[in-house]
Amino acid sequence: MISPSDLNTLNHNRAATGKVERIEDVVIRLAGNSQDGIQTVGSFLARLAGRSDQDVMTYMTIPSTIAGGPSIYQVRMGSGEVLSAGDEADFLIAFYQHSYEEHIIALREGGVLVYDTEYVQPNLDDRRFVYVGVPITGLTIEAMGGTAKDKGKNIFVLGLIARIFNLNVEKLHDLLRERLESKGEGVLRNAMVAFDTGFAFPVDNVIDRYYQFDPTTSDRDKSQVTMDGNLALTLGLIAGGVRCGAGYPITPWSPIMETLRKELPKYGGVFVQAEDELAAVSLALGFSYAGRLAVTGSAGPGISLKMEALGWAVMAEVPLIVVNVQRGGPSTGLPTNVEQSDLMQAIYGSHGDTPRIVLAPKDVEDCFFIAIEAARIARDYSIPVIILSDQALATRIEVFEEPNLKDLMLDPDPDLSDRPADYVPYPLERRTRHAPPGSFIEGGNYPVVTGLEHDEAGHPTANPKLHMQMTARRREKLKRLAEEIPLPEVTGSQHGDILFVGWGSTWGPLQEAVHRARSKGQEFGHLHLRYLHPLPEGLQTIFSRFRQIFVVEMNDEGLYGYGQLAGILRARTCNPAIRSITKTDGLTFKVREILEGANRLRGDAVSTFSAYPY
Amino acid sequence: MPSTTDSPVAESEPKREKLTRNMLKADRPTWCPGCGDFAVLAAYYRVLEKLQIPHEKIVTVAGIGCSSRFPYFVKTHGSHFIHGRAVPFASGVSLGRPDLRVFVFGGDGDGFSIGGNHLDHGARKNFNLTYVIMDNFVYGLTKAQTSPTSPLGFRSKTDPSGAVDQPINPMKKLVTSGATFIARSHASQVKHMMEMYERAIAHDGFSVIEILSECVEFYAGAFDASIPRKGGTFELIEEKKGDGSPEDEHRHDVCNELEAYRLADLPWPGIFGVFYEERRPTKNVLEAELIGKARLRHNGSTDYDLLKATLNHLK
Repeated sequence: MISPSDLNTLNHNRAATGKVERIEDVVIRLAGNSQDGIQTVGSFLARLAGRSDQDVMTYMTIPSTIAGGPSIYQVRMGSGEVLSAGDEADFLIAFYQHSYEEHIIALREGGVLVYDTEYVQPNLDDRRFVYVGVPITGLTIEAMGGTAKDKGKNIFVLGLIARIFNLNVEKLHDLLRERLESKGEGVLRNAMVAFDTGFAFPVDNVIDRYYQFDPTTSDRDKSQVTMDGNLALTLGLIAGGVRCGAGYPITPWSPIMETLRKELPKYGGVFVQAEDELAAVSLALGFSYAGRLAVTGSAGPGISLKMEALGWAVMAEVPLIVVNVQRGGPSTGLPTNVEQSDLMQAIYGSHGDTPRIVLAPKDVEDCFFIAIEAARIARDYSIPVIILSDQALATRIEVFEEPNLKDLMLDPDPDLSDRPADYVPYPLERRTRHAPPGSFIEGGNYPVVTGLEHDEAGHPTANPKLHMQMTARRREKLKRLAEEIPLPEVTGSQHGDILFVGWGSTWGPLQEAVHRARSKGQEFGHLHLRYLHPLPEGLQTIFSRFRQIFVVEMNDEGLYGYGQLAGILRARTCNPAIRSITKTDGLTFKVREILEGANRLRGDAVSTFSAYPY
Repeated sequence: MPSTTDSPVAESEPKREKLTRNMLKADRPTWCPGCGDFAVLAAYYRVLEKLQIPHEKIVTVAGIGCSSRFPYFVKTHGSHFIHGRAVPFASGVSLGRPDLRVFVFGGDGDGFSIGGNHLDHGARKNFNLTYVIMDNFVYGLTKAQTSPTSPLGFRSKTDPSGAVDQPINPMKKLVTSGATFIARSHASQVKHMMEMYERAIAHDGFSVIEILSECVEFYAGAFDASIPRKGGTFELIEEKKGDGSPEDEHRHDVCNELEAYRLADLPWPGIFGVFYEERRPTKNVLEAELIGKARLRHNGSTDYDLLKATLNHLK
């Protein structure tokens, strides 16, 4: 095992030879097959970053095939705030020939290709890259003994990365111990050996330098947590007092239901794996009706199936949280790719006029907070709330400040207080909270909550006036919420040339795009919407401060040239300066793509429509 | 939350008057005069009155159909849900709140057609609730289409020359689904319905009663063969008494699944009573056990402690 004194010598030698290059951040892409455990490497690095001074963001693709298939994991680590997973990789670590061939395009010029000499034969004539051949498989097998096959290659690579980037070996050893101890002594010992072997590989014979992260400028006295978006959302639901739920397996939603199934019993809760999506939403509504605010979720195909019951929740005014971890559509679409094409479905899906709340978290940390917000709104307004996450957000790991649970946790218990004799579920003049069964009502006029149009007491009626009044009652709840929610802050330029508007997981790349543009002296601002339905009040005023407004989203430009949010914002504000930057390649936005999109559009500016004075 | 012992919801028992039929009567039923569902409703009032279940703890749930209008006619906490999904909805109510007594009412379309799969899974999971299926062999609310129980040759608006699709045998479906209490009754037999209601309520688990309930508008006379005053026979299942008598040999053992299936195969109009009853842990109890074990492992931890520990693990 590598001891601290070995490390001291190593660091001393490095300093002496002057072969250390200080870097702000690095993008490492690991390319292999899904069974190689490359995501383990990524999560160790992410966890290490959370315990060190670095910030981190990861990005991964997984094949939708059952066993194996090419898979990548990209980690970006840096000393400042890391906002996106990086447009290009500085390092590509290729396990196989196909990994090399597929992903060499992602490596920047001058970048380093680390490859397994056993499986990869790179084109060494291509002088754009630095080539580092490492017998990854051979050395791992040799180190761990003949029976190990090639398991452990990932940990070998982790050791190699630790060496190249001068990472904290002690902390990595601790992490290995914590994560693997429970899997048996043998597993841990093998991992330690593989790690140390990777770390000991004399990579300096091939590359002429080591790297050292700049000391961080960020204030890191608070403790950090490291997790992916699905987990953050799950823990947020628990913090929001959600103790019941039901779901059906579908990628990429399943990890949320798996975690809830495992975690909720501790909290006295229950999660049911239902026979289908229809039963899942119905069970969840049963829980909610009984006073236990519940969650159901899915990806697009399952959300389509839940739509009838969602309409019932709107009509009957029963709270519910619906999580949609969006993937590429339509139909079965691209199960393991990202898209933001379910916004219209979230806002308008289901028949009839069915106002419901739609929220979208902007990053992993926000997944936690938006889930709590959804739980609060669902109860207060007795209404379904849809949370639009997506595949990229669900699977990427970020480090963020540990939330202050004391101030955040909501009470899970149902409100079973007595109701007065004149209690009615649907009064026209005021908002009500659902009265679950078990609550005593003086005089015994117990209500029926219903999907039929009804009068104030819940009796079915087709009275034209009442239908109009009840439609208004359901609509007005959203208008009240719109008054309550804060107007989002514009970051970057507060007025000027271009305002980017985004929602959901595009937050990071948009922030970075604005930083980059502003560093070149351009007047770019960024507005990110977390509340998509209802929209906050006052957007018109913000929009009028910019010459052009570009809505950036991962969906199709549609028949008329506008993405889904862009279309809604144009309808809302009648502002023709709003235009669209969209894409549907199933991958997250690169910063470059956003800026190129902006350059393309600004060429034909429709400036005369804007209220902004030139 | 599922709980084997006390309800987690602390509440003081409100002072209440004795529950009477009149307190349970709500809107005037909108069913056609002569509809069998009136009797099913009347029997429900009488059973609730007899059993004195606390008024606010009774939940009446239904899906869509003529019979699914039921909750409007009963003054209890109620829910008129969507077509075919009343069983999973009611399952959520039951699992979320062990202190409640959950009833589901519906018809043959709701239960055997659009909601057929939910019936199977609700039964297999053995949620603790009582499900009353008012079977009239026809779609009534939408006015005379073929139902999953319409017999071959039945002329409807969707089968003008007579139904051609093999109908479902409700009792066979229920036996194979894994329901833990299965009974068959008749809307013209109020005393028998009440007895079946009571036994279903006493049963811990997924209890189902199929009640033949005539649609006088679209399938008049459908059940004449089982109405004695119309010349039919209303034959009851004789259950084993365990008295060791030679007659007892031939009586029905309600624990015998194969025997129940054989009874379900008897020629029309078949036989009435309890086909099957099995004691199997309910979903409610199984989940409560999971909670109990998890709670024991984290003895005395508050929700805050638990979530904080999870966050610590993610550092």
